[in-house]
Amino acid sequence: MFYGKVVGTVVATEKDPRFEGYKLLVVQKVDHNGAVSGEPFVAVDFVQAGRGDFVCLTKSKDASWPSARTVPTDAGIMGIIDAVTLAAGKGE
Amino acid sequence: MYLARVIGTVVASHKEPNLSGIKLLVVQDLADEGTQKSVIAADAVGAGVGDTVLVLQEGGSAREALGKPEAPINDAVIGIVDQYKGYGPESRA
Repeated sequence: MFYGKVVGTVVATEKDPRFEGYKLLVVQKVDHNGAVSGEPFVAVDFVQAGRGDFVCLTKSKDASWPSARTVPTDAGIMGIIDAVTLAAGKGE
Repeated sequence: MYLARVIGTVVASHKEPNLSGIKLLVVQDLADEGTQKSVIAADAVGAGVGDTVLVLQEGGSAREALGKPEAPINDAVIGIVDQYKGYGPESRA
């Protein structure tokens, strides 16, 4: 899994019906310190994350796992991170 | 698969139910030593911070290694490495 920060939402009334019941969020890729480390992208939210949340995500086919593999996604928010504890000298 | 060092742990109390009971480790590919790159890997062998580990990077086999067929994961720690040769930043050159 990789790290992200929720920065926005996506509303798409005309979309694949298999998205039914799931929220689409805009997520900024970040590193384990929370620093920006990649482009923003859109992910399916499986844990009711909110704007500003530091989250962990699963990519590719595994991202659709919790939904019995029906949701057409390559990125899924799987957890809201409370803490990342790093060994001495490993963080920024 | 890749070799990595366990450099930390992640706590996410609010998470996808199929992840419960899975220890989440911060692992850094040995070839990324000295950078701020890391990923979160599910622990299948009881690895701890500081261990050098073997990490599997494919969700399906990772789920099998964990015995958790519904876990939405990408990486799993499936071995604790005692010795290795020729893998590290210089091997990426």
